[in-house]
Parts: sequence; structure tokens; C-alpha cells
Amino acid sequence: MNFSVDERGYYGEYGGAYIPEILFNNIEELQKNYLNIMEDKCFQKEFESLLRHYVGRPTPLYLAKNLSSEFKTTIYLKREDLNHTGAHKINNAIGQILLAKQLGKKRIIAETGAGQHGVATATVCALMNLECIVYMGQADIERQAPNVARMKLLGAKVRPVNSGSKTLKDATNEAIRDWINNAGDTHYIIGSVVGPHPYPDMVARFQSVISKEMKDQLLNQTGSELPTHVIACVGGGSNAAGAFFHFSENKTVKLIGVEASGKGIDSGHTAATLVAGRPGVIHGSKTYLMQNEDGQITEPYSLSAGLDYPGIGPLHAYLFDKGRATYLHVTDAEALDAAFNLSRTEGIIPALESAHAVAALQKLKFEKSDVVVINLSGRGDKDLDTYINYLNEKADGKQD
Amino acid sequence: MENRIDKLFAAKKRNILSVFVTGGFPKPESTLPIIEELDRAGVDMIEIGIPFSDPIADGPVIQNSNEVALENGTSLKKLFGELKMLRSLTEMPVLMMGYLNSVLQFGLENFYKTCYNTGIDGLILPDLPLDEYFSDHKALAEKYNIHLVFMISPSTSPERIRLIDQHSRGFIYLVSSNATTGNDNGVKNELDQKVKELNSMNLNNPIIMGFGIKGSKDFGRACSLVNGAIIGSAFISQLTESATIEGVVSDFIRSITTPKNIFQL
Repeated sequence: MNFSVDERGYYGEYGGAYIPEILFNNIEELQKNYLNIMEDKCFQKEFESLLRHYVGRPTPLYLAKNLSSEFKTTIYLKREDLNHTGAHKINNAIGQILLAKQLGKKRIIAETGAGQHGVATATVCALMNLECIVYMGQADIERQAPNVARMKLLGAKVRPVNSGSKTLKDATNEAIRDWINNAGDTHYIIGSVVGPHPYPDMVARFQSVISKEMKDQLLNQTGSELPTHVIACVGGGSNAAGAFFHFSENKTVKLIGVEASGKGIDSGHTAATLVAGRPGVIHGSKTYLMQNEDGQITEPYSLSAGLDYPGIGPLHAYLFDKGRATYLHVTDAEALDAAFNLSRTEGIIPALESAHAVAALQKLKFEKSDVVVINLSGRGDKDLDTYINYLNEKADGKQD
Repeated sequence: MENRIDKLFAAKKRNILSVFVTGGFPKPESTLPIIEELDRAGVDMIEIGIPFSDPIADGPVIQNSNEVALENGTSLKKLFGELKMLRSLTEMPVLMMGYLNSVLQFGLENFYKTCYNTGIDGLILPDLPLDEYFSDHKALAEKYNIHLVFMISPSTSPERIRLIDQHSRGFIYLVSSNATTGNDNGVKNELDQKVKELNSMNLNNPIIMGFGIKGSKDFGRACSLVNGAIIGSAFISQLTESATIEGVVSDFIRSITTPKNIFQL
């Protein structure tokens, strides 16, 4: 099964480019050029060099012994949290900034939710000396102050978005509007495998370095490049797309995406798009999205600011429909427990997003002989306030 | 049956004034009275916006009108309900304009059929790709006599203009500048060149200009270049500021059309 788009930009019936005519030239320019640029030897050399020397790749594949004995199987963590800027987002940001330079763009825009993609974009713009404007919902600016400060320090302009619910969905709308108004000189670095074609495919390819390394490292450490399970959290789904990508033809490998169900799947406060949503068009792409009967896009909820997106990348919609990947969902509380557990058993504080992938261990049955890889997409520094509150509440609970 | 849009363009070639208003704005049930007022004020054509939560091609004014309409409880179903009496009130061409998701969730055939039953003549869906129009919409649009109007922008290539002209029905919507709706760009001088290019192409469709047409000056400029213009954000702003629609609509339309328009034929 191929994890790339067809020549029209679709995964089965999902994907495509649903954009206003004003963006037609920009999108067409990207569609016509992205593969040629990405396959160019010089481009690859520069991309790989930056990933190695600037980002710090390859990231370790770490055998988590304590976690393994707890679940009576073999569990590896793919340490994307050890990347420069603290998450997998930088892989895509590096790729797209090199591509933008090839296309002669002078101005970079991006959207961000938790701020990880915003920080990654601000970082590569500083490196390449390009103007950087990051759109961020006012609500997220308040929730993610340290990342806002980072972006500013890196020289990016953070534009607060006050429309709609003031979160990631609205920041994405505003970034698209900026692009419409500045189509000539601007490249829009989308942070996930969402948006109009070619973004989902392009971002998945930039992130596919994750599964490429996994295979090499597994071969070295276990003698086989194939695990039995790959587990990754899914908001838009870029780290999962990267972690699944090179296993597309390996049908024995169970691919497991983990959505955030927030306060519970039936609570009305959830971000589990594949359960609570249905197909439609969001941000230029046909995919599953959370919406009411009238087709109005509804507000997702997750304690994790990186997973509360009302859509999902069209690749995941396709893998879900075809049954090639399985999608589970994990609540805020389960993710918090998993983050706490990983901190105490392995000495690794994961991002709250990545903790959803770790929490999925509780929902799966493993054989002793299984080899499980969890893509630990980011580190938890940005979530310390949330974790401290959780610890305090836990302590209060014990006193009661 | 002849489409009202074609009828209009057969009878009138210049200075066509089309007005956009968001359905269910500013009050629930105010769309039909606004259409009546616009008709009385001498407007040629109307576009009713389908309110959507995430209008990516729209500037702040229309975004806000969408939010208000949705807070008013407007849905596509309710909007069609309100428009039931449309054809007992006016013979003006009326189009609907919105985002594809609204139409998809209503159900494609159901949507086109309801448009037909309501007396809607045309449809503008800025985020509908041409190939999806061919595969999913074209047959339905023809069956229910709904004209699909496509957009071009100042940066659309001649080949693509030719393609769009082949498939657009009623007219072509020329976006005045590469910007979201309600921008302050006005009708820039660069457009003269674009229009020259369009005129030399001998297109099948008339051309109506929209996005950023704010007052009589812009309207006059647009009409000197193409067959007419669409006013949206400026009209919505006027409605936002006024407590009632009475008098407001006719005053606004007069302000667009009366200052001695030197291009009046």
C-alpha cells in the first residue's frame, strides 16, 4: 500500500486542493516543483547536513527497559524529543525553508497551536535570515507563554488571532488569509500533514526521516528492521505520518495512531476527529473533520494544545478507512498518568501530546516477543505548569 | 427555462450592480426584506452568502457577519426556509455564495434541487476545484439550471482564463486584487492591463469585478473596465452600523450609483 498521493493529490478520496483561485498559482508552483526540489541531490545534501549537524539527528532509538518490563514486552522510544527545539516539527521546518529558498520566497508565514511549530519555523527563519510571521490564537498565546517568548527572541513576529475560538483552527485560517494577501513573495510553512495538496505529501516526506532511521536502528539493535507495532499520537498527524511512512509496504507492522479524546469521547469535549467527525473540507483538504449537522466546524478540546485540531491529515483518513492503521483515543487524564509514569520509570518527561502515544500501551495487548516502537514526538518542558498542577491535584487527592 | 442571470446580461451590458449580503445577517429573517429593499433600490443582481464558521477567503467584515449570522442560529436549512417566498417578491437574479463544506454536508443533489425550488439562479463556491466540478457538480447544476460562476484573479494565466471561461456559466467573477474580501486596494491601475488582456481574448462570458469595491469611485472605475461590479463588505459594514434596514439600503445604493458616473451609457 502506497502512502503517497496519486497524481491528482489524493489518498483515495481524501486530500486534494480546495483553495480560492487567488492561491492557484502558489499551490500550482508547489505542486509542480516540490518533488523535483526534494529529489535534487544538492537539496538532499543540504537537508541531511542540517538534520545531522543542526537538529542533532539521527535521534536515538532507546530501549526503555523499565517500561518494557512493566508491559512484559520490548518497547523502544524514538527520541524525537531530543531534536533541536524539542520536537519533530523542526524536520519539516528545515525542509520547507530550504524549499522556500529554492522558490525565491522572501517572507515566511506559519500557524501554531502549542507553539512547537512556531518555534521551529522561527528557528529556521533566523538561521536563513528570512522574515517570519507566526499566527497564533490569543487563547494559545496565553496557554503557551514560554514558546511565545522563544519565537520573539528568535526574531519572529507573533500575530495574535482573535477570530473564532482563538486557537489553532483560527490561526490556520488567518495564515491562509495572509497568504491570499501576499501570494507573490510569501511561502506558508504548514506545520502538519494537512492543508491543500502538496502539503500533506510534502510534510509526510520531510517527516519520513523518522521511520527511515527507525528501520536502520532496529536492524542494528534487534537484527530485524521491522517492529510489530509503531505507535504515535495524532492531531493533524505529522509525527505519525513520519513514523508510519517507510512501513507502508510492511503489512505485518501494526500502525497505531492515538487521538486525544479530551474529557472523554462522549463528553462533547474531545479532539478525536476520526470518532467524532465525518468527511468534509477543512483548510483546503478533504478529510474527516469535527462539524455540526450544518457543516460548521466545531471546536475540538484536548488539554494538549498540539492535538486540539478539528481535522486530521487526509493520509490518516485514508489509512483509517482502509484499515491499514488503527486509531485509538486517550483522555487527558490517561495522558497525564502516562506522562507521570514515563517521567518516574524512565526519567523522560514527554510532551503532553507524546504522552497520549505512551498511554495507548494500556489499551493494547502485547506478546512477550513483540517489538513496540513509540514515537516520542516532543519533550515536556512546555507542559511543566500542566504537570505541576496534576501533581498538586494528585497530592490533594491523597489527603482527602 | 431561461436562467435569470442570462436574461439580465442579455438586456444590460454595462454598469451592472450586484450586491452581496450574508444570509441571516444582521438579524434572523432579515435576508428577504433586504433583498426586497435592494430590488426597489434598483440593484441588478444579488448574492446571498451561506454563513460558514471558517471563511478563509474573507476579510474581517464578512467574517464578522458570518459569526453574527451563526449566532443568530442561521443554518443553510433555515436560510432556504426563509427564502421560500423569494420568487413571489422579485425576478432579480439571485446567486448563493459560500464554501464547499456547507454544500457537501447539505447533500449535493439535495442542495441543487433546493436551489432550484427556491428560485436560485447561480452559485459561487470559491474553494470548489474545477475537476471536482466536472466529476460531481456539473450534471446536477445543468439538471437544476443553476449557473456555476468561477473566479479569476489578476494573476490567473491566459490558458486558465480560457479554461474557466469555457466552464463558467452566467459570468466570470474577476477578483480585483490578490487579497481577501473587503480589502483597501480599490481598483488598482494594474487592472487596466489585465482587462485589456481579457478583452482581447473575446471571452464567452461577461465579467463582473468584486473584492474591495467600496464606493461610487470604485464602482465607476470597475464599470469602466468590465460589465459591472459586486459590493459586499462595504454594504455589510453599512448594515452593521445601522439599527434598522429601512432607508439604509436605498441610501447606500444611491451613494454607489448617483455621483455623476461619467461612464454611464
